[in-house]
Amino acid sequence: MNFEAISTEIFILVLSLFAIVMDLVLPKNESRKSIGGVLVFALTGWVLYMFSMYVPEAAVADGSATARYFMDMMYIVDNYSLFFKQLFMVATVFTLLFSMDYMQTVLRYKGEFYALLMTALLGMCVLASANDFLTAFIGLELMTISFYILVGARISSVNSSEAAVKYLVVGSVSTAIMLYGISLVYGSTGTVQFYEMFRNQHLFTAAGLAGATMIMIGFFFKLSVIPFHMWAPDVYQGAPTPITAMLAMGSKAAGIAVLMRVLYVAFPLIGFYWLPILAVLSAVCMIGGNVMAIRQNDVKRMLAYSSIAQAGYMMVGMVSADYPGMKAVMFYGMLYVFANVGAFTALSVVEQQRGGSDYKSLAGLAKSAPVLAAVMTISLLSMAGIPPTAGFAGKLYLFTAVVNQGYLWLAFVGFIMSMISVYYYLQVAKAMYLNEGDGKELHISGAVRAAAVLSVIATILFGVWPEKLAELTNLAAYTFLQ
Amino acid sequence: MSVGLGHCLLLAAMLFAIGLYGALAKRNIIAILMGIELMLNAVNINFVAFNRFTPVSDLTGQLMTVFAITVGVAEVAIGVALAYRIYNDRLTINVDELDNMKG
Repeated sequence: MNFEAISTEIFILVLSLFAIVMDLVLPKNESRKSIGGVLVFALTGWVLYMFSMYVPEAAVADGSATARYFMDMMYIVDNYSLFFKQLFMVATVFTLLFSMDYMQTVLRYKGEFYALLMTALLGMCVLASANDFLTAFIGLELMTISFYILVGARISSVNSSEAAVKYLVVGSVSTAIMLYGISLVYGSTGTVQFYEMFRNQHLFTAAGLAGATMIMIGFFFKLSVIPFHMWAPDVYQGAPTPITAMLAMGSKAAGIAVLMRVLYVAFPLIGFYWLPILAVLSAVCMIGGNVMAIRQNDVKRMLAYSSIAQAGYMMVGMVSADYPGMKAVMFYGMLYVFANVGAFTALSVVEQQRGGSDYKSLAGLAKSAPVLAAVMTISLLSMAGIPPTAGFAGKLYLFTAVVNQGYLWLAFVGFIMSMISVYYYLQVAKAMYLNEGDGKELHISGAVRAAAVLSVIATILFGVWPEKLAELTNLAAYTFLQ
Repeated sequence: MSVGLGHCLLLAAMLFAIGLYGALAKRNIIAILMGIELMLNAVNINFVAFNRFTPVSDLTGQLMTVFAITVGVAEVAIGVALAYRIYNDRLTINVDELDNMKG
């Protein structure tokens, strides 16, 4: 038992327990923001420490060290999973920063929010490291069950419980479908481990192929890929805004992390048949997500459809199924976190203090909160892929990778849809800058300001100088393919 | 007549189909949760049957079943709590009434 390999997970679990205990210890009418502050510092420290866990490229190349395992081969800690864990933790840190005020005023049970956010993060980390279907299943459920509760956490809101029920029903049905698929794959191959499945010939029986298909459908539900997306807009709209942000950044990236491992490690041979289907689905996502986002009135709902489109962009990188493609997906996942933080920071402040998240509530934000309006505009432009923001560099990597694999039409669809997306992203900017609001000053705390400014700095920094992040994703993708 | 792998798989497939129908066609949240529970139980039968009747060396199938049961219970517990909240909000647990959000 190599407990050192799972030190990250142990640390997060301890933080979750810490949040529960502190919630009980603190006096009833005292603010719970202090718990969030401690979590922010602890997670930031651990993210920095995790840089020392990466296996250097030289050691990977000569085969002396590739990854660490826990519990036989069930749990793998390689550069790929480390990168995704850092991504989830960065997303959580930013979410904590801009949600502390929001949670203090909007939620009735504040301490539980921090504890459940940590268990959701733990589930994501387990997913990134999963090396067999049992671990992947547990990680997925740990994450989604925490999210069911978090989505329904706004007790005063009717929409919140409605969103939670919709999420729960769709999520549970997709879990059951995926489990049925896992059982069929297990029955035909006799194993649930990714490496052994790869070597097994029996996967190519009727039951094995049906099982693999059902597993894929389960993942598509979790990633809200069109045509399995119908839950996403309602859930995104009804959930508390910081949780919407976590769903868009963390949950989606976690699904992509494990889906890439399943596709490339467990089913690489079936993947050969899957890639054309994946290409079509990603094109459908890009077209459908962007077109439907145009006609939304609620910004959270618009961002839900836009996140469907973003999942489509990331699947473009998965279609290329090679080293540049994987690297591009990871790069894009990271900068999508920063873009989302910028957009949702502004949105959560608006929702908390103006009581809504539609275009009307955003009116005149440029006068009442100029920093937030600027941050939101830059973040949305990054999502659309306008230079010099990071979104441009990310899309460049994605489309170059897929064009090199001969899917020129896919890159073409991506380009056109990125242009269309500028329209509805600028609608938000128009509402903020041109429409008249009530002109009342919004109260913005230091933590919110820090989250907004840091995210926008990161967005622009990785746009003009993507080398460091690209090197990190290179290293992660390189180890994965060894 | 002895019970073999085929019988178990047929039973599981039927249970899964009934559960899926229940989850999709029922309008009551509790009934939907029952459908989901049926689907998860079908999976459990599958796992145990494969573990028993196919030549595998370990007990992975039964291990999966233990975890699937636990997760299923957690899901249903949250589902019932949410049904209670929905009832508090709207005095009904018919899912057709859950149409506040459109677009």
